[in-house]
Amino acid sequence: MAAALQARGLAKRYGALEALAGVDLEVGEGELVGLLGPNGAGKSTLVKIACGLVRPTSGSAEVCGARAGTREARRSLGYLAELFRFPGWHTADEVLALHQRLAGSLGGAAERGELLDLVGLVEARKRRVDAMSKGMQQRLGIAQALVGQPPLLLLDEPTSALDPAGRRTVRGLLEELRRRRVSVLLNSHLLSEIELVCDRVVILARGRVVAAGRPEELARPRGVEIDTDAGTQTFPRASRDDAPRLVADLIARGERVYGVRVLSTTLEETYLSAVGEDSA
Amino acid sequence: MRAVPVIVRYALEESLRRRVFLIVLILTAAFLGLFALGAREAFQEVERFGAEGPLFDAVDEQTLTGATLLGLAMFGTLFLGAVLAVFLTLAVVRGDAERGLLQPLVVRPVGRVTLLGSRFLAAAAVCSVYVAGVFAAAAGITYWAGGWWPDRFAQPTAELAAAAVVIAALSLLGSVFLSATANGIAIFMLFGAGLVSGLLGQIGEALASERLIDVSRAASWALPFEALYQDGLSAISSESFGLTSEALQLGPFGGAQAGGPALVPWTLTYLAVVGLLGALAFSRRDL
Repeated sequence: MAAALQARGLAKRYGALEALAGVDLEVGEGELVGLLGPNGAGKSTLVKIACGLVRPTSGSAEVCGARAGTREARRSLGYLAELFRFPGWHTADEVLALHQRLAGSLGGAAERGELLDLVGLVEARKRRVDAMSKGMQQRLGIAQALVGQPPLLLLDEPTSALDPAGRRTVRGLLEELRRRRVSVLLNSHLLSEIELVCDRVVILARGRVVAAGRPEELARPRGVEIDTDAGTQTFPRASRDDAPRLVADLIARGERVYGVRVLSTTLEETYLSAVGEDSA
Repeated sequence: MRAVPVIVRYALEESLRRRVFLIVLILTAAFLGLFALGAREAFQEVERFGAEGPLFDAVDEQTLTGATLLGLAMFGTLFLGAVLAVFLTLAVVRGDAERGLLQPLVVRPVGRVTLLGSRFLAAAAVCSVYVAGVFAAAAGITYWAGGWWPDRFAQPTAELAAAAVVIAALSLLGSVFLSATANGIAIFMLFGAGLVSGLLGQIGEALASERLIDVSRAASWALPFEALYQDGLSAISSESFGLTSEALQLGPFGGAQAGGPALVPWTLTYLAVVGLLGALAFSRRDL
């Protein structure tokens, strides 16, 4: 079966500026992939190429086996842009109805109700967009991206305008999408969010993939910490496998052991180390 | 093609909800009211002159007054139609993309050409119906005020409507390249340039200046809304002759040149080329 999204050697130049310099990326069926990188790393360009808003200079991108940008590819995806707006005179329900007609969705009122419920906007279904807060509009944007049950969702900074409660709603929504086997490429600056929900993380810097893998794979060991009656002792070169031996040695020396922690770098540390000076 | 009525409806709803139609309706009513007042006054004045004895026996004063007034109404109608055409289309591509309104629509399986074509259809339908309606109302008012009816009615109505459609097409093409403000300014300047070139042609006719006539003719081909307007203007008094015709030629709305048989095919070709350019540019544009 074709991957939900597959990019091979994807490059994009805007005049002298190289936004993408040969990116390989794959989002498998039902996989939730987080896209990280500093401003200007090429994340939004990558997402825009995938949904056909931007044409690549070279390389290729496929959505569910169809060339990105084609009607077949667009039929298979839902997209939430980083900067978007819906007509202020439409109600939440009308926005979804318009996108249902454009997407050829036959879900009708039942689908609209379910989507508004999913993003916590049922009470606001008759509210006009220009009377909604930015956070509500962003949640409506996510609901819009889900119209027609696309197998791939491209979310470009979906929580940038949300308060902590709104972010939690979106995290729950992403968990629900994983349960439904929907593939998601999530572009976000919020490392904690990516770490909490994503199966895999891809870090971009200067238009290139500088690190990729499962969050736990990206973490590097940082030693072992053991709490004893003499205080906390750190063994920076030790690994998880060394912990039983270290504890045994301490007990043999007559010390009491109260706790053992295997240390590893956080995603934030991995990210900062991968993007280097670009993060400044 | 399933998406065409959806986008057309979206465009019309946009105009309705932004109260574009309401404002246009109010201003049009004001324009027609003023025109009715002016037409009534003008015909009564001419009637008073006639009662005191004709200035020139060979001049049909009713035709001279009626054709001049309706010529003025044609100019006003085209201007209002151009305003409507520009405001319905000036931000369709780049303007809407800059505001983030376009992207959610373009990623749907609709097709950029369908989207652009549908927006054109909506604008063309609104502008042509509007211009035809206002011109018909102006002709009716002229008849009510002085009992004068144009020599041809259907032809100038259709040509005025087509002129507004050409302006809408140019504005839509401009919206692919220019921001909303820049596009609006550019189209109004083109509109002004077209009208000025038409006036130059009239001056050229009066002075028998071949160069001015050639410049005017070239501008009319480049901007066919002007040629359509001129052709329509000449059609409303096409059967006048003698001193009446000469007197009309001297007025600001009487020296219009007929476009000839190539005008309609050229306008259709022009619209097709503008449409093709717009579709090509839009399909290659990064958003």
